Amino acid sequence: MDKIFEKPESIREKETHYCPGCGHGIVHRVICEVVDDLGIREKLIGIAPVGCAVIAYDYWNFDVTEAAHGRVPAVATGIKRSLPDRIVFGYQGDGDLGAIGTAEIIHAANRGENITIIFVNNTVYGMTGGQMAPTTLLKQKTATTPAGREQKMHGFPLKVCELLSVLPGVVYAERVTAHSPQNILKAKKAIKKAFENQIKGLGFSIVEVLSPCPTYLGLSPQDAVKWVGEELTKEYPLKIFKDIT
Amino acid sequence: MAKVKIDPEKCKGCGLCILYCPKGHIKQSKALNKKGAYPVGMTEKYDCSGCSFCAIICPDLCITIDK
Ligand SMILES: Cc1ncc(C[n+]2csc(CCOP(=O)(O)OP(=O)(O)O)c2C)c(N)n1
Ligand code: SF4
Ligand code: SF4
Ligand code: SF4
Ligand SMILES: [Mg+2]
Repeated sequence: MDKIFEKPESIREKETHYCPGCGHGIVHRVICEVVDDLGIREKLIGIAPVGCAVIAYDYWNFDVTEAAHGRVPAVATGIKRSLPDRIVFGYQGDGDLGAIGTAEIIHAANRGENITIIFVNNTVYGMTGGQMAPTTLLKQKTATTPAGREQKMHGFPLKVCELLSVLPGVVYAERVTAHSPQNILKAKKAIKKAFENQIKGLGFSIVEVLSPCPTYLGLSPQDAVKWVGEELTKEYPLKIFKDIT
Repeated sequence: MAKVKIDPEKCKGCGLCILYCPKGHIKQSKALNKKGAYPVGMTEKYDCSGCSFCAIICPDLCITIDK
């Protein structure tokens, strides 16, 4: 029998702690499919964030280390500079990358570090109970914005790819989404390119993946993916913001 | 015809595979698994195209597909 779809080698058998319908599981697997396709598992070092994906190292079958909250790009910089023959990628949530770690991501990108960042934007702080993140939409209800995010009080949703794409150190910035099979296939292509850029020594690449957090969107998993596809992509357009590779 | 295998113990019952199967071949069971989720399974008769949409969307790697 020919296999049409099976588990990538780079992901472990272990069941995840993620809620039903959480996008993290999808993004973890897509990264592993890319790693297998490129045959880079033995050279790879991943950096897990603080956030729901904090124990991603339990699920990935390659070397992974952990960074303090928001410091993934700094740790990735250190590893890549000391072990330049390794492929180094950071995995970050929107609280991790867009709030506490804003300084680290901007400076790593601006230095043009030859690393790959996979940025999972689910619009909330999942791990700590669904508080507002910088990426939360206006009017979106969260644990800390029970009446909805209000611009005067909380500012505007943060556009990470748009911001980073103006920095000269960034060679590739694309936003994709994990809410449907067709879009997951596109996300895989983008993630593959972000790794290939590093293999070629081209510089800093980031792929932002819009991802459902059904638990803190307060939606069923089916409604959460529909919301990501219909609402979230309005504020966060799917686009290649920069590609100078 | 492709053969779809869904692991009922791994399944968290999120229903995303149901949403995206273009042929409506996946259904939710009425009995809980050991996790406390209502796992999904294939309908009794099915004519699967092997499109893999169900497996691609599954966040928990419950689905394998053979030809
Ligand atoms: C220095 C520090 N400050 C705050 C926290 C609490 N904390 C843990 S995870 C998190 C936010 C995570 O949100 P995000 O990065 O969006 O990840 P998600 O869980 O949504 O995937 C916060 C504030 C912490 N662990 N360390
Ligand atoms: S809280 Fe949200 S991000 Fe965290 S595991 Fe649950 S669904 Fe995923
Ligand atoms: S492979 Fe396609 S047709 Fe077959 S069960 Fe999965 S989604 Fe449905
Ligand atoms: S997508 Fe996976 S976890 Fe969700 S119901 Fe289908 S088989 Fe179960
Ligand atoms: Mg988040």
